[in-house]
Amino acid sequence: MSNVDFSDFSRLRWEHFAHDADMGIRGFGPTPAKAFEQAALAMTAVVTDVGLVQLEKEIEIELEAPKLDLLFIDWINALVFEMADKRMVFGAFRVDISNGRLKGKALGEKVSRERHAPAVEVKGATFTELVVVEERPGLWRAQCVIDV
Amino acid sequence: MDISRFEKISNTEWRIAPFGAMRAPGIIYATESLLVEMDDKVFEQVTNVAMLPGIVRASYAMPDAHWGYGFPIGGVAAFDPKAGGVVSAGGVGFDVSCGVRTHLTGLSRDQILSVQEELADALYAHVPVGVGSEGDIGLDTAEMTAMLTGGAKWAMERGWGRPEDLERIEEQGCVDGADPAAVSDHARRRQRREMGTLGSGNHYLEVQEIVEIFDEAIAASYGLVRGECVVTIHCGSRGLGHQIGTEFLREMVVSSEQFGIVLPDRELACAPINSELGQRYLGAMRAAINCALANREIIGHLTRQVFAHFFRHGELPLMFDVSHNTCKLETHDVDGEARELFVHRKGATRAFGPGHASLPEALRPSGQPVLIGGSMGAGSYVMAGIARSELKAFSSACHGAGRRMSRHAATRTWSGRQVVDALRGEGIIVKSPSMRGVAEEAPGAYKDVRAVVDSAEASGLAKKVAYLRPLICIKG
Repeated sequence: MSNVDFSDFSRLRWEHFAHDADMGIRGFGPTPAKAFEQAALAMTAVVTDVGLVQLEKEIEIELEAPKLDLLFIDWINALVFEMADKRMVFGAFRVDISNGRLKGKALGEKVSRERHAPAVEVKGATFTELVVVEERPGLWRAQCVIDV
Repeated sequence: MDISRFEKISNTEWRIAPFGAMRAPGIIYATESLLVEMDDKVFEQVTNVAMLPGIVRASYAMPDAHWGYGFPIGGVAAFDPKAGGVVSAGGVGFDVSCGVRTHLTGLSRDQILSVQEELADALYAHVPVGVGSEGDIGLDTAEMTAMLTGGAKWAMERGWGRPEDLERIEEQGCVDGADPAAVSDHARRRQRREMGTLGSGNHYLEVQEIVEIFDEAIAASYGLVRGECVVTIHCGSRGLGHQIGTEFLREMVVSSEQFGIVLPDRELACAPINSELGQRYLGAMRAAINCALANREIIGHLTRQVFAHFFRHGELPLMFDVSHNTCKLETHDVDGEARELFVHRKGATRAFGPGHASLPEALRPSGQPVLIGGSMGAGSYVMAGIARSELKAFSSACHGAGRRMSRHAATRTWSGRQVVDALRGEGIIVKSPSMRGVAEEAPGAYKDVRAVVDSAEASGLAKKVAYLRPLICIKG
């Protein structure tokens, strides 16, 4: 077959965690940037099935913050704004982080009630359970609770 | 919740004596069984709030209290600016001035049932609801500014409401001190096409039957008649409010160090009331309150249009409109002295008692209506503010049933289809764009609202007036 290194994929995943009236989003990856991408997928999954989202349009996000956890909350909030402002849902993300600067892309389409049956509207990312940490060498976790 | 940490004042009042950095005691109003059910985070958050500068009397929690952001949901705390008091974006929340209004219809249950399906369909089609929905009202910059300062009064003046509605809304439908300049471009953009939309999550529009009356005299003064129906609308300041909450929470977290405020919890982000940031937040928050009041007034107008189509005399007078995520400047008597306090009510409702000057003449003898949303299955309550509530919690009461199960767990326990079918079996039509959203809002995911209101009454926060059951439920 090919010489593609699939080992990264086993460290890439997202999940939800419980929080009372709202939802926790959590992403894992070999780097903070990858963990941010996965957490963004977790946010989409709160609204609709990620697999239903066509990747038709791309938007760009650029941010700067002095700490990784602030950068993460700003990333999520920037996506929340784009989802609301452009009436979109996003199904894929690309993030690069260097020296406290994030350059990101989000790919998606206009939200459709019929196809996406969106469950809730994300109001914003909160500081509740906000953590960006390297759990072990090569495995980063980024998470927070989002208000829905 | 481990209740051994509390001093029992009565069966429905529990005190946390100040310890550590607490400047005031914590007080939770709840029956023992409701208190035991509460998560431990409520204890932590009530005590954290008590550590904030300028807090007056106590950090309170209502019978429906649960885990929030810094403040517990169901939290009440008042601050004195002269004592270095603070204002907290977390103490107001992401949905500024989320609230409830109830319109009377004068229609009987049978009249509603005769057109139940068609009425449900028409409401669902006419009131924009759910993610991605848009209202027909687009606001340019000047109109946006007018809305942010004018609130429901602005909506009425534009033809989306009636003059007599205003006295039935807190602050006569428009709060003073809104500062549109403090509202960011992002917040305005988020609101551009959201005027008159319901939103999603736990927001709803319900047609409800008045099933039980507990206080005949007050019910009569409110216009509530057993067997007649009302329409209740629950929503808030939409994208504008959410963006304001997001931005100021972030700014306050980063700034608290410069104010020398040691936050026991980062989410308690706050700023001194008498600081530039505190004043700017208050200006933006008040603009968001006006946005919520305008939004509910417009949805009320859309509802009237639908009813007029089905019922010749579909006037739908507004009974009352309350907000439950706010920080308001109010005068309260504290130990014989009138003090101007900034009262945060996070998931708590103002509940002025009889005689309060802010109430319209027709309601003044009865006290302020307090509208308590339950769940789609369990129904809702109308309560009335009472005099005792002033000393108990600065005239505050609960706001709803409160969740007993996370959204995550709810979707694993029920399917939306199952919930819709079960409620239809009980004569309740539910319309929603998302079955998963319905599952998250399943009645079983909420606490028993009757237990919450009984507890609120026993604690002296408000008194029960009527119980309402839904016939139609539109949710986002």
